[in-house]
Amino acid sequence: MNAIPAIRTKAEQDLGAVFASAGPRLPGGRRIAAARAAAFQAFAAAGLPHRRLEAWKYTDLRRLMRDAKPLAAAPDAVARAQAGQATGLFSGLGFRRLLVVDGVFVADQSDLSDLEPGLEIRAMRDLLAADVADLAPGPGSVVPEGEPMLALNAALAGDGVQIRLAPGTRLARPIHLAFRVTAGVPAAMFTRSAFEIGAGGSATLLETFEGPDGSDYQVNAVLDLRVGDDARLDHVRLIGEGDAALHVGTAVAEIGARAAVNAVSLTCGGGLVRSQAFVTLAGADTRAAMSGASLLGGRQHADTTLVIAHAAPGSESRETFKAVVDGAARSAFQGRITVRQAAQQTDARMMARALLLSEAAEAHSKPELEIFADDVQCGHGATVGALDEQLKFYLMARGIPAPEAEALLIQAFVGEVIDAVADDGIREALTKATAAWLRARG
Amino acid sequence: MAAVQETVDQVRRIESDQYKYGFVTDIESEKAPKGLSEEIVRFISAKKDEPDWMLNWRLEAYKRWLTMTPPGWARVAHPEIDFQDLHYYAAPKKKPALASLDEVDPEILKTYEKLGIPLREQEILAGVARPEGERRIAVDAVFDSVSVATTFRKELEAAGVIFMPISEAIRAYPDLIRAYLGSVVPISDNYYATLNSAVFSDGSFVFVPEGVRCPMELSTYFRINERNTGQFERTLIIAEKGAYVSYLEGCTAPQRDENQLHAAVVELVALDDAEIKYSTVQNWYPGNADGVGGIYNFVTKRGDCRGRNAKISWTQVETGSAITWKYPSCILRGENSSGEFYSIAISNGHQQVDSGTKMIHLGKNTSSRIISKGIAAGVSQNTYRGLVSAHRKAVGARNFTACDSLLIGDRCGAHTVPYIEAKTPSAVFEHEATTSKISEDVLFYCVQRGLSQEEAVGLVVNGFVKEVLQHLPMEFAVEAQKLISISLEGSVG
Amino acid sequence: MTALLEIRNLRAEIGGREILDGLDLTVAAGEVHAIMGPNGAGKSTLSYVLAGKPGYTITGGEIWFKGEDLTAMAADERAAKGLFLAFQYPLEIPGVATLTFLRAALNAQRRQRGEPELSSPDLLKRVREIAKTLNIDAEMLRRPLNVGFSGGEKKRNETLQMALLEPALCVLDETDSGLDIDALKVVANGVNQLRAPDRGMIVITHYQRLLDHIVPDVVHVLASGRIVETGGKDLALQLEARGYAQYQSEAA
Repeated sequence: MNAIPAIRTKAEQDLGAVFASAGPRLPGGRRIAAARAAAFQAFAAAGLPHRRLEAWKYTDLRRLMRDAKPLAAAPDAVARAQAGQATGLFSGLGFRRLLVVDGVFVADQSDLSDLEPGLEIRAMRDLLAADVADLAPGPGSVVPEGEPMLALNAALAGDGVQIRLAPGTRLARPIHLAFRVTAGVPAAMFTRSAFEIGAGGSATLLETFEGPDGSDYQVNAVLDLRVGDDARLDHVRLIGEGDAALHVGTAVAEIGARAAVNAVSLTCGGGLVRSQAFVTLAGADTRAAMSGASLLGGRQHADTTLVIAHAAPGSESRETFKAVVDGAARSAFQGRITVRQAAQQTDARMMARALLLSEAAEAHSKPELEIFADDVQCGHGATVGALDEQLKFYLMARGIPAPEAEALLIQAFVGEVIDAVADDGIREALTKATAAWLRARG
Repeated sequence: MAAVQETVDQVRRIESDQYKYGFVTDIESEKAPKGLSEEIVRFISAKKDEPDWMLNWRLEAYKRWLTMTPPGWARVAHPEIDFQDLHYYAAPKKKPALASLDEVDPEILKTYEKLGIPLREQEILAGVARPEGERRIAVDAVFDSVSVATTFRKELEAAGVIFMPISEAIRAYPDLIRAYLGSVVPISDNYYATLNSAVFSDGSFVFVPEGVRCPMELSTYFRINERNTGQFERTLIIAEKGAYVSYLEGCTAPQRDENQLHAAVVELVALDDAEIKYSTVQNWYPGNADGVGGIYNFVTKRGDCRGRNAKISWTQVETGSAITWKYPSCILRGENSSGEFYSIAISNGHQQVDSGTKMIHLGKNTSSRIISKGIAAGVSQNTYRGLVSAHRKAVGARNFTACDSLLIGDRCGAHTVPYIEAKTPSAVFEHEATTSKISEDVLFYCVQRGLSQEEAVGLVVNGFVKEVLQHLPMEFAVEAQKLISISLEGSVG
Repeated sequence: MTALLEIRNLRAEIGGREILDGLDLTVAAGEVHAIMGPNGAGKSTLSYVLAGKPGYTITGGEIWFKGEDLTAMAADERAAKGLFLAFQYPLEIPGVATLTFLRAALNAQRRQRGEPELSSPDLLKRVREIAKTLNIDAEMLRRPLNVGFSGGEKKRNETLQMALLEPALCVLDETDSGLDIDALKVVANGVNQLRAPDRGMIVITHYQRLLDHIVPDVVHVLASGRIVETGGKDLALQLEARGYAQYQSEAA
């Protein structure tokens, strides 16, 4: 079925060349080098994911990715300074900002002062060079065997940030992990980051991805998340890449017993975006809420793929995903709830809604349940439709012009997702981002 | 826990030795040698005395099949099938003269009597008469590969309805067959459909002409009797403009230690304002308590709503087979056409079910409705897999889907895999699914009122599937209800 | 003559937690016993233990019902023997019409007792008669059992089942919970009509107000898993006035 594609695409050939030339210079000792070689071999054997791979059914990278860019050069001092000075949606909120520019963690533009006791921040390149980083998904993860884009990241990751909270550490100040791409020659960036909260700790992590419009740069970013027993994580991700960018983001998470995770993502940038998350609720009685919204127009393509595995009893998960699709854009949502046999008393619910705003817009949803335990309450729902014309008419009858009425309804539609954000500052910023998208839509 | 535990134990005790239809009919039969080759295809065609165009059609399918590989995407696991180890043709030796029932081998008639099929017209009149009095069923019975009797032929003919074995129709109505055969499920559609196209031996053909409401329910009973025999029946139903027909299909097979293959193809064509209602109660042998034997039921069923306001409705009760791989689908081509899929799929023991539907909206203002009830017990795996798609031109397409799964015991699995694809903003699709187990509190409530544990489970399960049962014709609904109890409780009869 | 129900030194637990701790209770045919007590005293546990709910383990003592060992019987046998529990929270069964359920229950009991099943027309007639007295309309009988019923409808439905099944012992668990005064009167009326010389009743309630309508012959106070006081119907009024505090402190 998933036979090795006989013909290598240009992008696949490019990637081979990139690994051959850049591979030896990537950070890592003997162990990491071997892991990289094995990962690339695994990738090369399968090639770029294509629509015959069930997990990539709606995002045929083999067809959509025309070429692969060379690895980005480390940003020079000017670029670093510029990136450091640039302001954005989250400026002025007082978060601890950690800046990754063109795939490189820039310590001198990051806020590393007054680290709270128990908080540890390190450059991933140092951990790779010291041969101590882990590039393979941990045991018990729900990452599909040989996941091609994760394997590619393992082969080519150059830097990123590792953040660790010692057990019991409760961070009041959110951490902002900002990934920025500078203008210049389009290039590829493979980053690997890790966020670990020890037992009983708590933190807010904001991740943002931004870059220039008109540049077909390529991002492959991986985040390893570990949330210890009784810990709490608020995670927000904004994908606001440039309009021609290719973004493949992978989150692999393991959640401990009685822990609580609240994750919200908003995708409004990027030409081709694939966001995938593989979450294992490893401990009993965890609470996981994951929600996301995509605001798409033009020829954008965004695919959100979520796998949540309940591995222990008594956990609860809620997933809400919304897509607003305009122009000739395409949204895909694949969500799978897996309940393993040990995970009795699971309570899991998933909802996927898509709003189609134009004739050429497309939305695909595949909410899946895979259940091996009997004492469960699981459900999912999905809807696809256009804006409610009656509501729109009602607003217009009250004197609100059509575009404004639409904007109001769309904002309300997305609101459920954004309202899930606990931090007021972040929530306001995301609301602003939505408003900006609506304004740009006109 | 204890209440459910008892039920679980009860379910686990079910021996498939209790399979009610597990008898073998002792008749002489004529079989093609084992294996599949061009010669076998020619042999089957010759046996049927087919015209050249039919033989060529088969040969094209056979050649195509040789280039294909079995599908691997369904959640079913089985050892590779040795297609050379099967007989592709088996017929009762005394070839029945179809003109008269009296010439049918009495052994076969006895078999059908045991199955409770009202083959003889007088029996039908006597036995199936309902309070309303009028309702009768015409039956086409397919034994292994050959259609052995079709009742009520004359009366149907008077109404203009053609209901006969497809092997006969190929000779009697070549123009109709050439126009419609393979027009819904093309020769190259999928591995098993292509195989069927090459080797199908018989099945039913129904043609309801313009404006005719078929005066009775039409019914086919399929039975696999021969050892190592594949059954590859082919059914083609055409409802012309304004026509209506309700068609029922029942299936049984004797107990065998080997897995028997069943790869049928059903094609439905509904023209303007026509309606076809297709109901199935599938109770093939599911294999024994250890998962040995049972039927591999790999079936392609598809309806084409070709005309405006056409309607096709599939209702299925799937309780048998070791493996069920089946997605009765509707192509909603005609403006305003509608498709329905009502399904009850029960798996117990080692059964594997991967079933669902596809609703493909192509025309304007097309609508579809999917109600699926899955019940998993024992160590079975029960998957709903469905596609709802709206093409760019399917303005105003609407779908409602509800998939509910019930788990009995903690060693089975229930899975839901829906694909929802919209390419027009005016489509309105709604999908909901739930999975749960029978509440112990509800069971205790029933038991407190005096119901036994099994009765309580039966009651709750029947409530769970009621919405679907209501869509079956009365006779089938009663039979289906019994089957559901049997497959879950093991209390035969 | 043996009592209808005799409980001797009953101990029971759920999930390893002991709830009943040496409970004694005797109910003769024709008597209505009220069991009152503070929350958590074990009132609902007693009703579930009598009905044989899975999960409740009897760790000591005896229960004799009509001279037979009740603990040796499965829950459905107890029902067929004539033990009826009116649930505090009646369960909903989607897809099963109320009438279908009534038929299934009645005939299951009759079969267990070796009696012929009741024909559908006879059953319908019987159910309609009872329904009328309880203000239950025919439409409600066709609806799936308890699905979407109001609190009052559910309790009336319980009473209807009780009347239809003609049990020897009725155990009413907090029948007044969730009822307004009008609904309470209808239900109490239905229960009172079922009072008979050959039938016993145990009315479990936290509040005295139900006992204004179903007047008991005997009132017991259940606290910390055993009967701590027994008296006439006046006891209920006293309890209403002084509360349960004294029993709770006694137990502590």
